[in-house]
Amino acid sequence: MVSDLRALAKYVEPGIRLALPVDYAGVSMAMTRPIMERNTRNLDLVCVPTGGLQVDQLVGAGLVRSVETSAVSLGEAGGAPRFNAAVKDGTIALKDATCPAIHAGLMAAQKGSPFMPMRGLIGSDLLRHRSDWRVIDNPLADGGDPIVLIPAIKPDITIFHAPMADRFGNVWIGRRRELAAMAYASATTLVTVERIVDESLLASEMSAAGVLPALYVTEIAVAPKGAWPYGLWGEYPTDTAEILRYARAARTAEGFSDYMANAQMEPA
Amino acid sequence: MMSEVHPREILICTVAKLLDGVRHVAVGASSPIPAAGAMLLRALKQQTGEKGPRISILGSVEHNFFTNGSAELFDCAGQGRIDAFFLGGGQIDGRGNVNLVGTGDYPQTQVRWPGSFGSAYLYYVVPRVILFREEHTPRALVEKVDFISTPGVSDNGVYRSGGPIALLTSKALFRFDKARPGFDLQSIHPGHDLAGIKDATGFQFAHESQPQQTALPDPQTLALLRGRVYDEVAETYPDFAAQMRREIERPLSHAS
Repeated sequence: MVSDLRALAKYVEPGIRLALPVDYAGVSMAMTRPIMERNTRNLDLVCVPTGGLQVDQLVGAGLVRSVETSAVSLGEAGGAPRFNAAVKDGTIALKDATCPAIHAGLMAAQKGSPFMPMRGLIGSDLLRHRSDWRVIDNPLADGGDPIVLIPAIKPDITIFHAPMADRFGNVWIGRRRELAAMAYASATTLVTVERIVDESLLASEMSAAGVLPALYVTEIAVAPKGAWPYGLWGEYPTDTAEILRYARAARTAEGFSDYMANAQMEPA
Repeated sequence: MMSEVHPREILICTVAKLLDGVRHVAVGASSPIPAAGAMLLRALKQQTGEKGPRISILGSVEHNFFTNGSAELFDCAGQGRIDAFFLGGGQIDGRGNVNLVGTGDYPQTQVRWPGSFGSAYLYYVVPRVILFREEHTPRALVEKVDFISTPGVSDNGVYRSGGPIALLTSKALFRFDKARPGFDLQSIHPGHDLAGIKDATGFQFAHESQPQQTALPDPQTLALLRGRVYDEVAETYPDFAAQMRREIERPLSHAS
């Protein structure tokens, strides 16, 4: 079950819907380069619920057709330069959302339901620009009470990074439950980890509740410091200086290309 | 003798007053002034033997007790368990609409901001949303936003248990009147005047002919802020706490 990163990247075919986690949950930055090497285009990204460096780099490499997200930014390092440029140039389609709508769509998929109703949104321009979202009157009320239906989000692939897996393919996600939500909703889930442990993570009641069972996990690869320059909860902090370096370089398409060609792809 | 009150300390103390009575306030990851206001309120309450509000700082490991991933904040808010929240915005207009997406025609906005985050939900279901934007200029406070990430008011019949109650900037405090809808100037911070506020505000607002000045903290409150509260703030926002302590040691030189 343990594969290398290039073997994982082969799952990422052109035109697939790819779900990626928020920057603090465990981003598999180690997979960004292997995906770019294959030059798989027309990806439809789903950011759960927001995107950052990885999204910016995939957009900058020209691999992305659309982005469904509640936000894209580099956090303290400011706006996401290649994403913002692609928005301005109109080279990517946008499906702007709000965080709980992304969670609702994944939740619907998790339950095998066609949609999930959600409060909020009515009167916003987000709703006005989303032809896939519908407003109905609450059928359980006596009349009126409009509510938005968010269709199930069913990604083809989810990719994330976690501290550890066991040799049976169970993955430790701790309290980052959105990683489980992504895996439940996705046809294929690819996970990179810091390390593989021998003992089953399900053996102890203390760890079992924080485990994504192997049932939902397609492939695992070991990638030490695999979230870098992002941090990984409980393991290492974010390398803000490196993200700032990227933010400066990627202000131009040329600077982005140079960074991607020359930057060290692993932490020192 | 304590040094004079720093302008940001007036904001922090104003936030604490706006939050009075809340049980649970959520604060964004990069919002040191709202967080400091919430921590000040908690310290003031605890001085009188009360428990004070629960404070959730998003993105912080130490001050975030959620265990169900990033969806839990929104579920918690939807259940009515979050009483107050802060919202910024690239643009805020006179009807309380907030734009976090960008300027120009969507989707090909000329300036793209990160995006709406959770605003299109939290603004509807959190009872006390405080709009907080230090920049008080006609480009931030506009007549009409270019994109409504989340609206200030909703039509009758639309479920809305929350919304804006106030707008706090570096120059003034406004209350939101959802019946009109629109902002009422509540008070002007020291060093500013009504004419200057009008020039700096892109929307019309209601005001008294001689608006009052924003209250300064009393010495006890200021001492609490500069002692215990900055210590607590430093755990999550070390740079901000250090900067505040530097600037109150050595008051900002006023342009002469």
